[in-house]
Amino acid sequence: MSKRIETTDLNVYYGSFRAVEDVTITIEPRSVTAFIGPSGCGKSTFLRTLNRMHEVIPGAHVEGEVLLDGENLYGPGVDPVRVRRQVGMVFQRPNPFPTMSIKENVLAGIRLNNKRMPKEDQDALVESSLRGANLWEEVKNRLELPGSGLSGGQQQRLCIARAIAMSPEVLLMDEPCSALDPISTLAIEDLIAELKQKYTIVIVTHNMQQAARVSDTTAFFNIAGTGAPGKLIEVGPTDKIFSAPDVQATEDYISGRFG
Amino acid sequence: MTALSHAITQGSLTSGRLPKFATPVAAVAGAILGFALAVIFGGGNLGLAVLLAYLIFLVAMEIAARVIEGPRQAADRRARHLIVGAFLLALLPLASVIFEVLSKGMARFDIGFFTQSMRNVVGKGGGAVHAIYGTLYVTGMATLISVPIGLLTAIYLAEYGIRNRLSKAITFFVDVMTGVPSIVAGLFAYALMGLLVGPGTRSGFSGSIALSVLMIPVVVRSSEELLRLVPNELREAAYALGVPKWLTIVKVVLPTAISGLVSGVILAIARVIGETAPLLIAAGFTASLNNNLFANPMMTLPVFVFDSYAHPGTDVQAYWDRAWAGALTLILIVMLLNLIGRLIARRFAPKTR
Repeated sequence: MSKRIETTDLNVYYGSFRAVEDVTITIEPRSVTAFIGPSGCGKSTFLRTLNRMHEVIPGAHVEGEVLLDGENLYGPGVDPVRVRRQVGMVFQRPNPFPTMSIKENVLAGIRLNNKRMPKEDQDALVESSLRGANLWEEVKNRLELPGSGLSGGQQQRLCIARAIAMSPEVLLMDEPCSALDPISTLAIEDLIAELKQKYTIVIVTHNMQQAARVSDTTAFFNIAGTGAPGKLIEVGPTDKIFSAPDVQATEDYISGRFG
Repeated sequence: MTALSHAITQGSLTSGRLPKFATPVAAVAGAILGFALAVIFGGGNLGLAVLLAYLIFLVAMEIAARVIEGPRQAADRRARHLIVGAFLLALLPLASVIFEVLSKGMARFDIGFFTQSMRNVVGKGGGAVHAIYGTLYVTGMATLISVPIGLLTAIYLAEYGIRNRLSKAITFFVDVMTGVPSIVAGLFAYALMGLLVGPGTRSGFSGSIALSVLMIPVVVRSSEELLRLVPNELREAAYALGVPKWLTIVKVVLPTAISGLVSGVILAIARVIGETAPLLIAAGFTASLNNNLFANPMMTLPVFVFDSYAHPGTDVQAYWDRAWAGALTLILIVMLLNLIGRLIARRFAPKTR
């Protein structure tokens, strides 16, 4: 239940503006890959190309290949909706559906797609997903209450539960802890460590300690200047990137000399 | 510091305060003085008295606040009193209309009014059941036509055609449609039915078309605004779960905006339910109950009120009483609609806790 992602010379555009240039990277299954780099260097943009969420923005398009276990996501006849059912995503700000209860939020992927499921299976899925997101104990007595009544950290874990209820192959996380306090962040990081047993996880973070704590592989993105496209500077095992990176810019960024 | 010393009586953090009773006392004094002046110089003109009372109150409070509290607090009081004045001024016509309609409409607000039509009635008696049914039929049909068209247009504008040429053109023409005089809408519907069915055709449906022309732009504008208010994050959350765009709109965007959409539709209905001119042309007059929306003229409440008032028979008072009762009924229908709309909105509003 976890797939490898490979991209070759991927260019990402907003209209005619090239935001990300020539990214070639391999993301291993059952591991955590962290994207780090200064703001505006295209980390999030690149992440969103991995489940075809990038093209939701008018004028945005992609050149190049993204292979999910050898299948090109941008090949002819590929349905973005099917891609997104395999590659789930958690956003920067928690975004539970305000019209739905906690339970309905977890089942959103099924309900919104008009799929039918016996009630016992639904209940089992809700419990397993919420347990998977370390939220079950906190909400098991109030599953019928609105999801927007939870705290920020709980909402974010609810969003993770919602994503894993779809049993995706890959889970993309776009700065999932940037709106959360340290305690909630710790809860999410523990959760990531558990989830990597089953899923391929890609996480964008501005917090280098977080990248060092949770990831197996780290990719450093950088930008030459305003208006220039972002580039993948270096990718490698997290230990190596944080102790002895090959490129000077990576070392400068990690040691806090810029960024 | 000397310039500020009049405002500073005790410490550097305290300043003089007018006592709480200052405002009512000034108001009463202003009223007495204003009325006295109006009686002496204006021959007891009520409007002049109220205006003078308000001005005296403003000046008195300004001077008192300036001397005791300082210029900043005086400005605060001045602004507050001006706003209250404007509020009362705006409320005056509303209160007056409700009072007039209630006091004059109650005379014929009886069971007969809601059970009889004007068929074979020339003097006292009779009722407006034909007009009430007609208004409900015509407006109901207009809503049935306008809400799907308006809502689907709004969905296209807010979700699909973002800033493309077609949506810009639609927005422009919707704005133009908002400004179409209602009489033109009536003539349009009359001419359309004349071409489709035959010259001189008047029917309730024709009236519905006229009202739809007025209603659609209102529905489009309000719905579009509300759909744009739905956070993009929710759409993205749904897409990321592999939900197709149309299901995202149907199951996430619309439910999130539903309470606002309902109030928008209710406002649009309230806007057209009192239209007289287009219905006068398109739906026509009749004295009898017509339950067929698609044939023969159909009476509506606004036309009933106009007709009773403009063409009273020999027993003028009986016609005028019915006109006022009709106006009262119309106001009550709009109020009821608003109430229902609020209940629906509250029922469907996103719950936070």
